[in-house]
Amino acid sequence: MRINVAPIRFANSELTKRVVETLGRVFRFPVDTAALELDLDAAFSKERNQYYSTKLIADALGKTGDLEGKVLMLVDFDLYVPVFTFLFGEAQLEGKHSIVSVCRLHEEFYTGKTDDEALFQRTMKEALHELGHNFGLVHCKDWNCVMHTSRGVEEIDVKGAYYCDRCAERVPGFVKSAAV
Amino acid sequence: MAKTPKILVVDDERIFRESLLAWFEEDGYDVDAADCGEDGLKLFEKGKYDVILLDMKMPGMSGIELLAKIKEIEPEAIVIMITAFASVQTAIKALKDGAFDYITKPVDPDELAHLVDKALRQKTLTEENVELKKQLDEIVKPDNLVGDSPEMKKILDLVQTVAATDTTVLVRGESGVGKELVAKAIHLNSERKYFPMVTVNCGALAETLLESELFGHEKGAFTGARHKRKGKFEMADNGTIFLDEIGTVSPKMQVELLRVLESKQFTRVGGNDTVTSNFRVIAATNEPLEDRVKEGKFREDLYYRLNVFNVFIPPLRDRPEDIPALAEFFRHKFASAMNKKIEKISPAAMDFLKSYEWRGNVRELENAIERAVVVGKGDAIEVEDLPFHTRGERADDAENETSLADVEKRHIHKVLLRNEWNISRSAKTLGVDRATLYNKIEKYGLKKPDAQ
Ligand SMILES: [Zn+2]
Ligand SMILES: [Zn+2]
Repeated sequence: MRINVAPIRFANSELTKRVVETLGRVFRFPVDTAALELDLDAAFSKERNQYYSTKLIADALGKTGDLEGKVLMLVDFDLYVPVFTFLFGEAQLEGKHSIVSVCRLHEEFYTGKTDDEALFQRTMKEALHELGHNFGLVHCKDWNCVMHTSRGVEEIDVKGAYYCDRCAERVPGFVKSAAV
Repeated sequence: MAKTPKILVVDDERIFRESLLAWFEEDGYDVDAADCGEDGLKLFEKGKYDVILLDMKMPGMSGIELLAKIKEIEPEAIVIMITAFASVQTAIKALKDGAFDYITKPVDPDELAHLVDKALRQKTLTEENVELKKQLDEIVKPDNLVGDSPEMKKILDLVQTVAATDTTVLVRGESGVGKELVAKAIHLNSERKYFPMVTVNCGALAETLLESELFGHEKGAFTGARHKRKGKFEMADNGTIFLDEIGTVSPKMQVELLRVLESKQFTRVGGNDTVTSNFRVIAATNEPLEDRVKEGKFREDLYYRLNVFNVFIPPLRDRPEDIPALAEFFRHKFASAMNKKIEKISPAAMDFLKSYEWRGNVRELENAIERAVVVGKGDAIEVEDLPFHTRGERADDAENETSLADVEKRHIHKVLLRNEWNISRSAKTLGVDRATLYNKIEKYGLKKPDAQ
């Protein structure tokens, strides 16, 4: 197993670095960045000024055959699927691909104030959450668990940062005690 | 096996259907989907569904028509209508026809989740609740609430007692003793465990920010408020709010807090609507609040409102029996996190840990063990691996220079006093046999205080 983190038009390289490092600490297998070019224009909705996340995943599907393990895409633009107003991220249940948007994880989005630490914490939680779906996990009822569903950024802040014991059992190579 | 809630989605547009399907699957529901009213009806007749989502406008049998047919077969069925436009007229008609509620495409995921929650709660899925309870019953206490001392046992007893009630709790103790862990233990053992415990560090927030943090704000409430946000009191609805460092709250905020604690109502910053939230309060402080009240710095009425049930956590130096279990717990935690084969703490290092004063309490012990695991080379933590041993950064140098014998004498004396000079109990606490303890008592010339 390995995790490939693919920043897609993602300027915040400091954040990418921290996410890769932290994922590398909580998983017992290699975590590294991977280069991936997607057809962003095809997924862009002018009307909504958002990107269609399922389309991006479908596009990635055909371009990552040579990558072993999971592919986690990081983007800074807002994501949608037609039925929903927005998404923090999307993942294939028990699949290989997931995508996380940090657009609505920025503190600026709500209060106008920059908070890099909050952005990092939220991004980590969403990355672990979507990867959890890749590993076959569904939402968890335990608020201390990162697999708890998040309807808003407030809920991302409140829920736990790592998998609960029950969920952790289904995530290979997760080092519970590294989650400190 | 418990029953998983079943959801039926009827929508003619594939992309809508499929995202809803995927979304509900991730939420752990059992979902079926149909692409027209006719097929939807067939599925409905065959299976039992807890919630049904119907697209209003479909070719052939419309959502409204299907709603009528479903209600004819099962009047209690819970149906949520989905409309492409906010067509209030049709929506009102659907509600009159017995729909549970309606939502507009594109759907706000928050809104849909709340609606489905509400619908399922109305159905009171007892089996699902049993499963939920089973899942959560295993969370009894946060695992680092470790210790075998009489003090720790008393705290765990208090936690059990007060968790069963909805009383406001004030947790007291020096910094680093683990006040938040006790709050968490109370929350996780209470009926509120299905909902979050929301922590507010009152000391870390500026007054202006604290207000928006606690009560939330509306879009445009202040410069930069581009989106509305719920506050901590709202997030703690049905759960627990943990107000840490309550003694540091400004006089103005004390007034506001008192009001919210009494009414359980507030308005978001920049808003007019009254928000009601059903939260339990656990507050914590390391300050002598009674003194603050006398000095006029802390409101007396707020003090009484918070100080309903008191849990005091003694400093670690007053319960040295807890040190071995805690030290072992942290050793294991950090060793496996760093993937190091450090399997024990050497007896000499453990003696040292047991005799140290721990001004920073459990947190200081945790940091010390973490550093020891980082620098440790063998399979055991040795005295040299402990940070304060080599750096000697202790505040009171006199104590720092005491010999190991002095430390032992002091420690034995303390244990004897606490056990009222019961030799068997004291020997057990100290981990020695009775003969050894008698020898030490003689060696150090320790004397039992005269019985009054
Ligand atoms: Zn999810
Ligand atoms: Zn979980």
